[in-house]
Amino acid sequence: MAGEPDDPAYDWEAESRREAYLVLADGSLFRGHSRGAPVNLVGETVFNTGMTGYQEILSDPSYSGQFVCLTAPEIGNYGVNDEDWESGRFQASGLLARRINSRPSNWRSRKSLPAALREAGIPALAGLDTRALTLRLRDHGVQKSFLCADGRVPVEEGLARARAWEGLDGQDYATRVGTGKAYAWDDTAPGAAPGYPHPDERPEGGGRKIAALDFGNKWSILRHLRRTGFEVTVLPPTTPAARILALKPDGVFVSNGPGDPAAVAYAADTLRGLLGRVPIMGICLGHQLLGIAAGGRTYRLPFGHHGCNHPVRDLLTGNVLITSQNHNFAVDAESLPANAAEITHLSLNDNSVEGLRFKTVPAFSVQFHPEAGPGPHDALYLFRRFRELIAQAGV
Amino acid sequence: MPKRRELKRIMILGSGPIVIGQACEFDYSGVQAVKSLKEEGCEVVLINSNPATVMTDPELADRTYIEPLTVDFAAEVVRRERPDAILATMGGQTALNVSIELHRSGILADFGVEMIGARPESIEKSEDRGKFKEAMARIGLATPESASVRSLAEARAFRERLGRWPVVIRPGFTLGGFGGGVARDRDEFESLAARGLAASPAGEILVEESLIGWKEFEYEVMRDRRDNAVIVCSIENLDSMGVHTGDSITVAPALTLTDREYQIMRDASIAIMREIGVDTGGANVQFAQNPRDGRLAVIEMNPRVSRSSALASTATGFPIAKLAAKLAIGYTLDELGNDVTKASSACFEPSLDYVAVKAPRFNFEKFPGASSVLGTQMKAVGETMALGRTFKEAFQKALRGLETGQAGFVGDGTHGRFDRMPEAELAEAAATPSAERIYAVRSALRRGWSVERLGTLSGIDPWFLGEMRELVAYAERLAGLPAGLEALKADPALFRQAKAFGFSDRQLAVLLKTGEDPVRRTRQALGIRPSYQLVDTCAGEFASATPYYYSSYADEPGEGSPFREAEGRRRIMIIGGGPNRIGQGLEFDYCCCHAAYALRDAGLATIMVNSNPETVSTDYDTSDILYFEPLTVEDVLEIQHRENAAGVIVQFGGQTPLNLAAPLAENGAPIIGTTVRSIEIAEDRKLFGDLMDRLGIRQPPHAMADGVGEALAAAERVGYPVLVRPSFVLGGRNMSIVHDRQGLEAYMRQIRNDSGGAPVLIDHYLERATEIDVDCVSDGTRVTIGGIMEHIEIAGIHSGDSACALPPPNLPPEIQDAIRTATRDMAMGLGVCGLMNVQFAVKEGEVYVLEANPRASRTVPFVSKAAGVPLAKIAAWCMVGFKLDELDFLTEPKPAHYSVKEAVFPFNRFPGAAVNLSPEMKSTGEVMGIDRFNGAAYLKSQLAAGNRIPETGNIFISLRDADKGEALPLARRLVEMGFVLHATRGTSTALRQAGIKARALFKISEGRPNVMDLVDDLDLAWIVNTIEPGALPAKDEGRMRSLAVIRGMPITTTLDGLRAAIAGLEFMRRHHNRFEVCSLQEFNRKSASFRPPRAKGD
Repeated sequence: MAGEPDDPAYDWEAESRREAYLVLADGSLFRGHSRGAPVNLVGETVFNTGMTGYQEILSDPSYSGQFVCLTAPEIGNYGVNDEDWESGRFQASGLLARRINSRPSNWRSRKSLPAALREAGIPALAGLDTRALTLRLRDHGVQKSFLCADGRVPVEEGLARARAWEGLDGQDYATRVGTGKAYAWDDTAPGAAPGYPHPDERPEGGGRKIAALDFGNKWSILRHLRRTGFEVTVLPPTTPAARILALKPDGVFVSNGPGDPAAVAYAADTLRGLLGRVPIMGICLGHQLLGIAAGGRTYRLPFGHHGCNHPVRDLLTGNVLITSQNHNFAVDAESLPANAAEITHLSLNDNSVEGLRFKTVPAFSVQFHPEAGPGPHDALYLFRRFRELIAQAGV
Repeated sequence: MPKRRELKRIMILGSGPIVIGQACEFDYSGVQAVKSLKEEGCEVVLINSNPATVMTDPELADRTYIEPLTVDFAAEVVRRERPDAILATMGGQTALNVSIELHRSGILADFGVEMIGARPESIEKSEDRGKFKEAMARIGLATPESASVRSLAEARAFRERLGRWPVVIRPGFTLGGFGGGVARDRDEFESLAARGLAASPAGEILVEESLIGWKEFEYEVMRDRRDNAVIVCSIENLDSMGVHTGDSITVAPALTLTDREYQIMRDASIAIMREIGVDTGGANVQFAQNPRDGRLAVIEMNPRVSRSSALASTATGFPIAKLAAKLAIGYTLDELGNDVTKASSACFEPSLDYVAVKAPRFNFEKFPGASSVLGTQMKAVGETMALGRTFKEAFQKALRGLETGQAGFVGDGTHGRFDRMPEAELAEAAATPSAERIYAVRSALRRGWSVERLGTLSGIDPWFLGEMRELVAYAERLAGLPAGLEALKADPALFRQAKAFGFSDRQLAVLLKTGEDPVRRTRQALGIRPSYQLVDTCAGEFASATPYYYSSYADEPGEGSPFREAEGRRRIMIIGGGPNRIGQGLEFDYCCCHAAYALRDAGLATIMVNSNPETVSTDYDTSDILYFEPLTVEDVLEIQHRENAAGVIVQFGGQTPLNLAAPLAENGAPIIGTTVRSIEIAEDRKLFGDLMDRLGIRQPPHAMADGVGEALAAAERVGYPVLVRPSFVLGGRNMSIVHDRQGLEAYMRQIRNDSGGAPVLIDHYLERATEIDVDCVSDGTRVTIGGIMEHIEIAGIHSGDSACALPPPNLPPEIQDAIRTATRDMAMGLGVCGLMNVQFAVKEGEVYVLEANPRASRTVPFVSKAAGVPLAKIAAWCMVGFKLDELDFLTEPKPAHYSVKEAVFPFNRFPGAAVNLSPEMKSTGEVMGIDRFNGAAYLKSQLAAGNRIPETGNIFISLRDADKGEALPLARRLVEMGFVLHATRGTSTALRQAGIKARALFKISEGRPNVMDLVDDLDLAWIVNTIEPGALPAKDEGRMRSLAVIRGMPITTTLDGLRAAIAGLEFMRRHHNRFEVCSLQEFNRKSASFRPPRAKGD
């Protein structure tokens, strides 16, 4: 898209200026050039192997506090549109890519990605050796890092800032990105418009009431809940159990969200107060919190699961789902008390726990993202399973 | 689910000869399938008529039937083998069609054979256009508005209802869209509809609304019997709808789709798999998407592996055919491992951190008169693929990998033609899909045309045009550097950027007005070297266990210290053949694969370098280390720099590696086997002539000439007719027989236009001589002959185009001995180490040598299978130092059976092109007939090639004057056998004078009834039409031959061919019209098994 103020006529004019960099706490340095806002930041660097959906990824609140390294070779090709947001803004702390294109081509595109990032004040580095960075993270784990987009901070200083950063562990990011006040997710809610719908996204009848605890909810989860026939009210992450129950919901949904589940211990307490009183479904962070509520522990995965191609076996059907995933923590299978919950889904790649079902109360959760956004739609049926669970619970 | 143990013996169908639309990709899938099933303990029975394939290696399947891929022969094999199941999805449309026929004829039911991989109902649902549309409607997917019709009248009626142009015609059940096309007006409509109805085995065409201008995408899907489904790869066509995907530049992964759009197609692909019922294997789904609003239409699905699945496999590292075979016998995806990482599951979707670009290779120059406009019927003869970290890099690598003279997209000195075009003409060229269109776009971008304008004109997505525009702008900037190469030397970042954009050293040399060598030296001095990245299926998420590399300059050299598996072993690099083209095809890939297998067996580490994604050689488990790279001096030298191979083999991949031999050697690469000097002697007429004189071997009088004057003088000296050709060619490019001075002048003018006036070779042409091909192996001290082949066509027709028989049926023993002696003398005289092929002509008891090629020839796989000796393997062992006596190969094999090789031609793809054989090779592939009896072997070869020689019916016969005498006894036998002869006046007079009954026909221009009426009424069963080799058929004959080719009618063009056919027919009558089938393993039961005695040199 020609004529944007800061965009060079050709990408190579930007690419030849490799003044920006990313430095990991272990000292590895990756040079690139800035395609976003000229902002220097600390954050945690993760990689995502999905080949589509950068707009969804960057606006997913779960990436709050993180620099996302996209392994896909060409980013920005279809620009940024009005419909593919997962929240009201970009949420990731920064974008790292091999190439970020400023001339999008798609009938839905409203803006080029670099322009949108600059407007939003989000730094982005292109020209980065994303494969080397990915291998580094794979072999040495997710790391605290410093992203220097303006080229003005000496590398030693950047490294020191990366090391000095407190990191994500133990930090409650949910209260930063979750809603501050309750609201109804109805036609007027931002992000409720379907835009360019998927055939499976046609609304189904219903009318059950759902309370959604927002630790950093993705809009596509809310869309799918609504399309499954639920009336959704979004609640702040800190809403206590009693107040939730006072709303008399037919079910409670526990959302995804950024950061360390152990840092939101209050939420596990909330869930303990809800379990058995109302059917519950959890996704991602919500799944980890349910695991903790069941008496289990979570642990940090070496480099997390971030991508759109993660195979997961549904132990109830035996079938494998290709799923969208984005998490650094997992529920420790060994830690789960045998009488509380059973494992329903396992990762085919590393056998980590991908889903739980409570044995005595109506509640289940999955570590992956059935709503996709971005990613395959293989697991959409879980929203219907939630509806069936509520129906069986006879509320 | 575990595998189905009851499936013990499985029959696999190959795809037959290489034709346009069905090439190496089915050898690639077939080999994977056979290996995959053998791994599971299944007994594998294979049928394929194509001897050049790796899959028909007798060592691969348990029993290999080289028999025609027709329902009759397949039924014979079923009767004999009683397989439990038949795997129909590995051999393209041919295998699918034969399997369906076997099913319909009840043979599968009679023998209790199950079709696995795809069920008959599924195949019919996907192939029958009407049923497919209904199925798509059931699952809520749109298809273009269309109607299946069985007559011209119905077709017209639907077109009237649709009320607009253009419309697409697609015949049912044909491969590569054969017989289809886009009709823009009534005339085109009439001729396309008629052709389509004739081309469809079911006599059915689909008339369809045109989606020209929509974007085209393909999804490669796999599904197992538990309903697990994965997308292996998405592919985006750079050319928009209206160009066959085989003719389009394609890109993986799809680059211009949002996640929503991508997932809609993913969901649709899986829904289609379910609805059609493909539940144990792979399929390909094609979509069209309206770029203005995202509207989607399903174009088609193929319930089998395909060219696209081979591309997807090499592009991602996910072995579709291998896994499809496992799914067919009952496994589910989650039970199978990811072969590349060896750590993760096969039930996943590959993630790419690079871009793969495939570019089609065309051979229009071989078919003058044929239209080079691309449409829905595939015309490409081959393809190349390139991997890069960005689209720009991959795109430029792909274009230089095509080996068409372009060194990349821009700045390679080949701008001339389009740059000179007037504006309006250029707009037309950019708007018309053709082999060259991309270079018209390049010229338009250089003139500053906007991306928007070009997008509208060409239908190419603006995103791709934007990338191309950047490449053009960057090239202009480099070209504008006043200091040239010095400027790059002073600015290494700029240099690196150019390399990261995929500019080759040669492109930079042109842009900076210097030579390729200085660019390379400067680059290397600056330390600018490619990094080698892995194709690992998972974008780096898991450590990979497979050394499958591509180069990139985008990143700093990092990953990939060569793998441990290869440590401690001597490394040998094998350079492959690049994209298929006429004259260089599957045969050479067979040889490269055999070299890799042989050297691995000998304990050496093999490094394969190739750029053709359809090939077995680019399967990651064929060699120890695979480099998927363009085959240029620059790219190969960088690999050698990194690998430091102890030997580089250039003699197996055809002309491509041979052309690299000298520059590689000059840059220090250790070429092993026959030396570069010997190759030069063999290619240089003067040096070769001197050697033949010294050895006392006769050659036809010959000369070399530079320019018209010299040529005319030389021709007088050697005597007309003469065979002329430029020096250094493969596949007889521009080779011609010239009868007089006038013809020679015309030829020289033509050559000057085509190749800028390289010297030409002029040989006296031996009329009516018999041509002989010999393949031999030498270890440098001894020579063993692999086989002597007698051509059935007379000398003067390119050896690749003529049928030949082994052992030679009509060659007296003393002549054979003379040929043997001459062959040995030549191999020793040239210092051959490895393979050599010699072509001889025998005339009146004298043996003349025509040429010697100290390299693998096109006939090596045929000889190997006919004689039961793995010649390419033995040659590879010789090249690394083994001796023939150690290998126990000192005597020429003497098979007790007969083998005939026949060529297969693509004339039916090029309406308008002259249908004639000449010294210029035109065939795309070959078949083999093998039998205890010579006549049966010949007839099998004809059936396998699709020449359905009839047992009875009308024959049209037209003979050149020189043949009339010799033809009389043959014509008499035809009449005795009950055929009815129709002849032109001249021929019929000659026949009647000899007392042979023949009906006279008018020439087409003279009135009716003429031959076109006979052809049109389909009353004609066979055409016998002999003309001078190389001469263009007269106008009448040309029309007749073209029409016959399109109707699939057999044409015999030489008396030798006629004689062999009659012998075959007589044989069949004696044997009650029933053929015997027999496996290669049984034919060659007595042949020794060859193994290296021990690993050497490590």
